[in-house]
Amino acid sequence: MKPPPFSYHDPETLADAVALLARLDNAKLLAGGQSLMPMLNMRYVLPDHVVDLNRVGELAYLRESGGALEIGAMTRQADIERSGLARTLCPLMHEAIQQVGHRQTRNRGTLGGSLCQLDPAAELVTVAAATDATVIVVGPNGRRELPFSEFPAGYMTPALKPDEILAGARFPAWSKGHGHAFVEFSRRHGDFAVVAAAALVELDGGGKVQRASLTIGGATAAPVRVSAAERMLAGQKLSDALLREAADHCRRIDAIGDVHAPAAYRRQLAAVLARRALEKARSRLSAAGS
Amino acid sequence: MTDTRAIALIVNGVRREATVETRHTLADVLRQQLGLTGTHLGCEHGVCGACTVLLDGRSVRSCLLLAVQANGREVTTVEGLAPDRTRLHPLQEAFRDHHGLQCGYCTPGMLMTLLELLRENPSPTEEEVRVAISGNLCRCTGYQGIVDAALAAARRLRGEHG
Repeated sequence: MKPPPFSYHDPETLADAVALLARLDNAKLLAGGQSLMPMLNMRYVLPDHVVDLNRVGELAYLRESGGALEIGAMTRQADIERSGLARTLCPLMHEAIQQVGHRQTRNRGTLGGSLCQLDPAAELVTVAAATDATVIVVGPNGRRELPFSEFPAGYMTPALKPDEILAGARFPAWSKGHGHAFVEFSRRHGDFAVVAAAALVELDGGGKVQRASLTIGGATAAPVRVSAAERMLAGQKLSDALLREAADHCRRIDAIGDVHAPAAYRRQLAAVLARRALEKARSRLSAAGS
Repeated sequence: MTDTRAIALIVNGVRREATVETRHTLADVLRQQLGLTGTHLGCEHGVCGACTVLLDGRSVRSCLLLAVQANGREVTTVEGLAPDRTRLHPLQEAFRDHHGLQCGYCTPGMLMTLLELLRENPSPTEEEVRVAISGNLCRCTGYQGIVDAALAAARRLRGEHG
């Protein structure tokens, strides 16, 4: 199996990459290559041009930006995994990323590649939905930002114009002492999740829920926030019964059925994993807040 | 109209030059142009891990990397593991001693992956070894021999008796 013939371009700046993308017909952007390269090897995609972003150094960074964790699109998943800053500002991502693929794929795979591939079961996509991330997009007319909730335009289709490049994303940090958990079920370690659940919980001074975030990945065309559960938790003390009741909202998700799992099984998994994620998040709330 | 490029890379400590088709993977260039057939190709779409090599010290699947992307970088293959022609690396010895291989097809990828793990984590638990090789498929050993070999090699490399 060999990739089909194409012309190869390896720009060194984002501006050059944007200019190439605007000029070339039928061009594909190559990030970490952990999805595009298999598709090229199997000739599922036949681009005339491949624009390799791996030499665009300005897209590989990880920094704190106004109370958020900002990560460049070409930052390797392994670098996020090892980052103390990412672990401090977004422990949910730290937990999720260890479940992304295998060490060999994380050494190459990038944040931007994963977000643009937009697999509904991808851990980083679910984290972006859970944290209300903002994506940063650059095109010929400059830079724009959009909330992650507007990023999925359809199944595995990001809301990017053909001449636009994802430059990075900002993940707002939750308050110190918040609870977090990323729980997934997959057939084998490193596989895409059949269903994944991400939970974030923050308490007020009185030990009641200030805000909560519950996200289910892998069950629908794009990860979905279970807002009914979030509303139910807000302002309440986190009893076992309440967590169970909140998680049960996942049974109403309009889940997809496919070769990996029927829809009813995904709904059941979603409710069970949501409860486990909420319980785990509760157990990680710092003593000061509870 | 073939898109080619001249590249230079360090392979197992030796500078190598080649003119490659830009669509060719690193795995194919290592095997077919540089004559290093120790790197095996199994699935050629990033599932089996047989083609794992180190790129600047990090394990990567060489079937998912274009050779042109390795230009100016350092690549380590299984041929670079043994210290010389008569001795094996402790990982290789441990694989021999603990039934870590049978047909040998997955072995180069297993070795290169475990080399990275043991450099990062000289004292892995059995669980950590199993997670580390979760992206490498073996159809012979049932993995138990490989895990035993990795733990024995770790002890040897720490200076304990394996």
